[in-house]
Amino acid sequence: MKRQNWLILAAVVLLTVLPLWLVPKPDKGPDGQAGEAFGGADSKAQQAIGKIAPDYKPWFSPLMEPASNEIASLLFALQAAVGAGVIGYWLGASVTRDRLRRKNELPQVVERDKRAD
Amino acid sequence: MHIMEGFLPPAHALGWTLAAAPFVVWGVKSISRRLKEQPEQRMLLGVAAAFSFVLSALKLPSVTGSCSHPTGVGLGALLFGPAAMVPVGLVVLLFQALLLAHGGLTTLGANLFSMAIVGPFVAAGVFRLGRRLALPLAGCVFAAACLGDLATYLTTAIQLAWAFPDPAGGFVASLVKFGGIFAITQIPLAISEGLLTVLVVNALSRFNAEELKGMPLLGQGEVRA
Repeated sequence: MKRQNWLILAAVVLLTVLPLWLVPKPDKGPDGQAGEAFGGADSKAQQAIGKIAPDYKPWFSPLMEPASNEIASLLFALQAAVGAGVIGYWLGASVTRDRLRRKNELPQVVERDKRAD
Repeated sequence: MHIMEGFLPPAHALGWTLAAAPFVVWGVKSISRRLKEQPEQRMLLGVAAAFSFVLSALKLPSVTGSCSHPTGVGLGALLFGPAAMVPVGLVVLLFQALLLAHGGLTTLGANLFSMAIVGPFVAAGVFRLGRRLALPLAGCVFAAACLGDLATYLTTAIQLAWAFPDPAGGFVASLVKFGGIFAITQIPLAISEGLLTVLVVNALSRFNAEELKGMPLLGQGEVRA
């Protein structure tokens, strides 16, 4: 069980890291600057819309935009941190509950062992 | 899978919002009924929501050279049933639409439909099918979360192709284009989501075996991954 969990974690890390090596660097644009690699799929779709329907104009814009990329990453980190905090609390509470349960069961196990001797 | 603010024509935006609305009502009812019957499951609902919060905040690189993120709704769909994940998805999408300008209010209905409705319902359906075929639990959990994630991105591609058919090739040509952007990018990410979901279900079956017995999907049959 433990081994399986570690293998799963290793596979997830590999799946995430390998594309960084496997994907070739994007071609240099007309301005001599390398194009941006690993942009968001959402913005790629936005560009594709621009190609299919060049006349389309977005008819609504976000009420509030993060002041900069830094602020955006702050908010994404906050979102992940809140989630990770809850999961961490649950795991911690569960492991402790499991340990206490085992501890309470332990004396009987020891007695049984003695009897077996 | 986030369709950007204003990037669906008004008729489509309204249509998807109307399509998603009844699921939200159903989902809220389903959650409140479940928590009234089994208040001890509150903690696990929190875990399911938190899992979706974490995964949808992580933008991961993919083989296509662009980044996307898993959705994390498969886990909750297996625990609480697919409808329960609709309000959870709504919270995640609202947070991102209002504070991050990621997704949007006009596209909220469409995004909710792909991420919080199609994804969880496909995940639950795949899981049921796998269990009926007597496949091992871990395999069913993996396939459910993985295919649910892919289905979400496929739905986004269909939504965009429907709204923006290619002038020459029509709907199909557009679908191929958007499918290439979303669905192919998503394949390794969906595998990751499937694996992580198995990991959490492993932990749940070790630490929360009692609570799992009362779950609509995972509670059926032995709980061992």
